[in-house]
Parts: sequence; C-alpha cells; structure tokens
Amino acid sequence: MADKRIFEIYRYDPDTDAKPRMQTYEVELDGSERMLLDALMKLKKQDDSISFRRSCREGVCGSDAMNINGKNGLACLTNMLTLPQKVTLRPLPGLPVVRDLIVDMSQFFKQYHSIKPYIVNETPPPEKERLQSQEDREELNGLYECILCACCSTSCPSFWWNPDKFVGPAGLLAAYRFIADSRDQVKEERLENLEDPYRLFRCHTIMNCVDVCPKGLNPTKAIGKIKEMLVKRA
Amino acid sequence: MAQTIHKYDAVVVGAGGAGMRCSLQLAKAGLRVAVLSKVFPTRSHTVAAQGGIGASLGNMDEDNWHYHFYDTVKGSDWLGDQDAIEFMCREAPKVVYELEHMGMPFDRNPDGTIYQRPFGGHSAKYGEKPVPRACAAADRTGHAMLHTLYQNNVRNKTQFFVEWMALDLIRDSEGDVVGVTALEMETGEVAIFHAKCVLLATGGAGRIFAASTNAFINTGDGLGMAARAGIPLEDMEFWQFHPTGVHNAGVLLTEGCRGEGAILRNKHGERFMERYAPKLKDLAPRDFVSRCMDQEIKEGRGCGPNGDYIALDLTHLGGETIMKRLPSVHEIGKNFANVDVIKEPIPVVPTIHYQMGGVPTNIHGQVVVPKNGTPNSIINGLYAIGEASCVSVHGANRLGTNSLLDLLVFGRAAGNHLIDTALASKSHKPLPANAADYSLSRIDVLDKSSGGEYPQDVANDLRKTMQLHAGVFRTQASMDEGVSKVLAIDERAKHLSLKDKSKIFNTARIEALEVANLMEAAKATMVSAAARKESRGAHTVDDYGDTPEHPLGRNDVEWMKHTLWYSEGNRLDYKPVNLKPLTVESIPPVKRTF
Repeated sequence: MADKRIFEIYRYDPDTDAKPRMQTYEVELDGSERMLLDALMKLKKQDDSISFRRSCREGVCGSDAMNINGKNGLACLTNMLTLPQKVTLRPLPGLPVVRDLIVDMSQFFKQYHSIKPYIVNETPPPEKERLQSQEDREELNGLYECILCACCSTSCPSFWWNPDKFVGPAGLLAAYRFIADSRDQVKEERLENLEDPYRLFRCHTIMNCVDVCPKGLNPTKAIGKIKEMLVKRA
Repeated sequence: MAQTIHKYDAVVVGAGGAGMRCSLQLAKAGLRVAVLSKVFPTRSHTVAAQGGIGASLGNMDEDNWHYHFYDTVKGSDWLGDQDAIEFMCREAPKVVYELEHMGMPFDRNPDGTIYQRPFGGHSAKYGEKPVPRACAAADRTGHAMLHTLYQNNVRNKTQFFVEWMALDLIRDSEGDVVGVTALEMETGEVAIFHAKCVLLATGGAGRIFAASTNAFINTGDGLGMAARAGIPLEDMEFWQFHPTGVHNAGVLLTEGCRGEGAILRNKHGERFMERYAPKLKDLAPRDFVSRCMDQEIKEGRGCGPNGDYIALDLTHLGGETIMKRLPSVHEIGKNFANVDVIKEPIPVVPTIHYQMGGVPTNIHGQVVVPKNGTPNSIINGLYAIGEASCVSVHGANRLGTNSLLDLLVFGRAAGNHLIDTALASKSHKPLPANAADYSLSRIDVLDKSSGGEYPQDVANDLRKTMQLHAGVFRTQASMDEGVSKVLAIDERAKHLSLKDKSKIFNTARIEALEVANLMEAAKATMVSAAARKESRGAHTVDDYGDTPEHPLGRNDVEWMKHTLWYSEGNRLDYKPVNLKPLTVESIPPVKRTF
C-alpha cells in the first residue's frame, strides 16, 4: 500500500538564501498519516530545516494555515486522501514571509485589534451573570468560533492590495460578533469605526473567505449585515 | 556578547487561560507586565478545552459549593489539599460571572442565565445524583474562554512577547528568582527578563506520551525550568486518561458528550458503566471510567475487529441536540474517524489528557519547597499556576471542568497576590553576574552539535517508553523497567544534534530545547510512579489491588502524601496532604464508589 507523494515546498531562510525557491521532496506514506500535517511531520524528519507552525493538530488553534495546492487551508484538517499525488505548499499569500511556510501576521492582528475586539458595557455588572436570551445568544453563532488562522484574509484580493487599510474578512467577522452581542453598548461607535471607503467597503463580495474558512464560517454574510446597518443608519 | 535586558515588574511565562487571567489582573492594576508565549496567545492549549467550567451556580438544579468541594475531594482520591479545594470551589461562581461580564459567549437557559451541563464526578447531595455544573459555550468552552481573556488583555494593553520561548529561571545567591532568559524565535536571540516576580503558566507536559490529546506545544517547559533550577516537582506520577479520545487519532471528545446523555457501550451494545457505577453510571470520574473501559477491553468485550476500543453512542441524542450542543464533536467525528456521530457510535479509547502534578504552590500561587524542616517554605519571586502547578486541587485525579476553573481561580488569586508583592518590593533585586550564561551554553551545545541523534527520534523513543511503562495499566515490574529505560534515554538526550543551524525561526532548535523539558517531566513521572507502592486515582497498579485493609489498593497509612521529585540525583521526598479545609469540616477518606 505504498503511497508515494511528491511535495513541492516554498523554501526561504533569509539567514542563508538570497531569494525564495521551491524544493521538491518525495515521501512514502504508510497510511498512518491521515492529515497533511502528519505527512509534514514525517517530512520534517527527513529535513529538520523545513519550517512551519503547528500546535493543536485538530483545527482549533489556527497555527498551521498555509496555501495548499493554491488554496488556503489548515494542514491538520486537510485529509491526504483529498490531495493529489503532487502537493504544492506555499506560505499564506500577501503577508511577509519570515521563513519557509511561516508568515509575519502582524498586519493581520493589527486589523483584528483595530475593531476593538471586546465587549464594552459601562453599566456596573450585576452580582451574577448578565442575562441574555437564547435568541440573542444565537446571534453569535457562526461569529465567535473564528480561530484567527488568517486563511480568509490572506485569500482576499482586497486584503492583498490594502492590508493596512482594509480590515479584512477575519477582522470584520469579529467586528460583527461584537455588534451583534446584546451585551455590548457601543454599536454606534463600532459602525462609525468601519464607515470608511477602505476599512469595510473594500469588500467586493468575492467570497474567497467563505470558500476557504476551515471552520465553515461566513465572513461575507457578516460584512453584508454591517453594510446593511450602515445603510439603515444613513 | 551582552544580552538585551528587559525590565518588568512581573513576567508571566505562558499565555493560556491561567497566564492570561493573571496578566489581566496585573495589567488592570497598572503593573508593568510582560507575557512570554511560544505561540500567539489564542493558540495556547486552553483553546482545545471543550466541555465547560465547573461552578455551582445552581442555574438548572439545586447546587452549592459544598457539594462541589465534596466531589472534588473524593475525585482526587484524597490526595488533593482540602484548603485549596475549598478555596477553588468557593471562588468558582465569582470567576465565572466575571468571565461572563468580560463577554464570554456562554450558552443560555430560557431565563437568560448561563447554561450548565452535567459532567463526570459532579453530583448533588454528596454523590446522590449527577448535577448540571459545567458552564458551557457549546463544546468550545476553552476556545471561547481563551479568546475572551485575550480580548480583555488587548483592552487593558498587556504587553505580549509572542513567539518567545522561555529557557531558564534566574536565581540569585539567596535562591530568590529575579528573572528568566528567553529566546526570540524569529531572530534566534536570547534576552534576559529582569523582574520582581516570575510566574510560570506554561501548561502540562502531555507530550511525554505517544498517544495524547495534547497539542505539540505541551512540552512541560515550566517544569523543565523549575527542575533545572533545583525546584522539585510534585505528584508527577498522576496523569489523567480521558475516557474518550478518538481511537487511533488521540483527538479529544468532550465528557460533555456523556453530560448531554451519550453512552459508552461494549461489543454487545451493553451500557457497561451501569455495572460499575450504579449511581453516576457514564458520569463517574475519569480515572474510574477509564479503568472500566480498560477492563471491558481486557475481558474481551471491546469493539471492532481487534476488540481494542469502546463505542461512544450519541445517536439517541438526535441531530438537533448534537448540532446545537456538540457541534465540534460532530466535526471531529467526521474529520478524524469518518463517523457521523448523529448516525453511528464513534470508537474511543482512554487517552492521556492531563497532568495532575506540577510545580508545588500554595493557594496564592507562590512556589513552595521543603526547607529547614518546613514542608512549604516560599521561594521568593516565583509563582506557578494552572496545569504547570500543583496546588493541589486535583490530587490523584482531576474532575472534568475543574481545569478551566483552576486556571481562572488561581490565575486571579496569583495576580492579586503578585500585585501586593510586586508593589511592596520597591526595586528589583540585582541580577547575578552572567545571568544568561547557562541558557547560552545550552544553545551553544546545539549550535555546535554534530553526529548526535535527532531530537525527535529521541523524543519519540521517550514517548513510546512512557506509554508502555507509565500508561493507564501499570505494574510494579513494568514501572521499574521504565525507570532504567527513561534514564538511558536521558543520556541520549544529552547528545542531540541539529542539521538546521539557522538563527531565523529555527523550529528544529526549539524542538531540541523542548526535549530537555520533556526529559525532566518524564523522569519525574517515571521515578515518582515506580516509588508509589499503592493504587490511588489515576495511578492504578496491578500489584496493589482491592483488599479489606487497602480498599481499591489505596494505602492511606503509608501513602496519603505528596511526592516531591528533584532532578538532581532523581531524589524523592514527601510532604503531608493538607486534610484541613479553610472553614468547613474535613472530608474523611472512604472507599470510592459511584
């Protein structure tokens, strides 16, 4: 049951390489490597210099996002059976490369931080929990589950062009998560913060974000709701 | 070359639930605090917790902290310290309400209160019946909690050093901790963090085992740092096997499955837990359920062609409940077992999940060691919280949901205590000369290495050995053999070799440094386990079975005591269990039945 695969991997170590290159590896899988991450770990045994992030290996920490045969995804949730014999791995597009498959995510997190990702409620809290109806809580489903892997934002052409000005799908999904929370008191300021030709309106509903989200979330829908609220406000 | 020195009031090592609950407290108090983390904070392993946070809110059924206290003491098989357990259970509702106020997206009841589900070992009226006590956000409670804590740290401008790996504690001539060294992964540079207090919140070392629910990053870095600095590790023989890890994948399926009504079945389809635990059934504590599953498999009633797993049956819960309450379980079933849990049972086996032991502390999170005849003498400037610590609230077996609770309660408590300490000491104690030399020499050895073994080859041998000799099924002979094998691997680990010598984000170097920490955790586990001649909680040894004198193999006369393992010479010491709670009557030890 030999399963021989060809891996073509983007390699770049600024310490030693003048420019990036693609390196080809051959690896024989024995069936125990269910996911791409398992195969990558096996490959790293052959060449310990291949660099990538990884942690939970079950799709909840968001570390191992990469570009897999042209599409962003998590290595730990990509089943080897779904991949062809040749697998091409590149770093997430549009962000500076630190080394190999590791990108500098500062810009991505800067945008996330820019939407004030926390509940603001200045009413002194009760002794117990703030009550929230089941319907109000359900508004948060499909929003709070984001793992900040950046698959969406780095698949978005608008983010590629304006990573410093466009909040991007992940940041906007988070923005709507707080707008939609019945416990938050600063919806107006949140909308204000996004009313800008770039921050929100660079989204042209290309929907790459929806296509790649490993958690099955829908940033485009959340962005649509924010746009709707802004229109109503106007 | 002189190292960069960063100066802070406090340095928190680790940005999981415990570290970030603590740093939040510090940042709010206006302290200069640095949080070092190997990974971006929301990637810490707290993110993988699923089921809930234990607190006797009583939102869905009558409950109070006394019941929670009793369950936790009994769950710990009387190895937990009852002062710490009382403190945790009393504080529980407060820290959960605080988290809700911070924006945690808890599930809700029709009256708008926080939804709670039953969980293993949690009961009403002192063991009478299961009680819903686990405060849950679907089956993503850890994810929701970790993100909420990160978000609130962002709001309070906590300074994070992301992708910095802490290397060693810096102790001065009086033994006080005055800082840590750390490696910036992106540049490969080592810096000194000079601080009034250092807090270890580095999580567990679950990666010393081959089959584990734990993330790759769980390499016991804080344990290694403490052990190398001469600080003992407590109760490391106690490792929790979670009953429901996905067969052949290790990925966790929350106990919340059984909290919502899922049933464990053997190959005859029998709900076998009814035989072992007539009252709590599938919701008995984890050590107990894991042993029953093991028993079923050993006696030939396991499922599958090799009879080597148990079936977790959720099918009667219905698609709607599963998709609402256990959506991630559905996703995991699909991804890691090709099973639609709505339609068919999923194969599970007991899988290493949680380290009950750790760096010994008191209820303020201060690290304590025996000195001049006092068993709990404080080490100035050093704190530990969360899975890295042993306070000890979990004793020989942790109850589900008490880990997230532990992070919140002791993260907050240590934060408050640190604020008082750090503010009380007006200036930093001076750094010793050449404070970074020890760390630098460890890195230098790796940079000059050639011809030795690869770190991962050694680590994999270690993991296989630990799995075989310190697993769910232990015998004295096997543990004794394990000790000599682990010590032999320790020798190999001193001669690791890297091919990759780059300065930039060198993950091979990081892994080699992690192996040093894994080794300390593994030696502590193996040596402590082989020395404990009884069965208690998760440490169940075939040689020490159920007798009238020693119910279920537990020997309270000789072994109701905490183990302390010192790295130097693999020396063992012991200290008494604190059976005296803070304000209530002690719970006297009895035989554990459920």
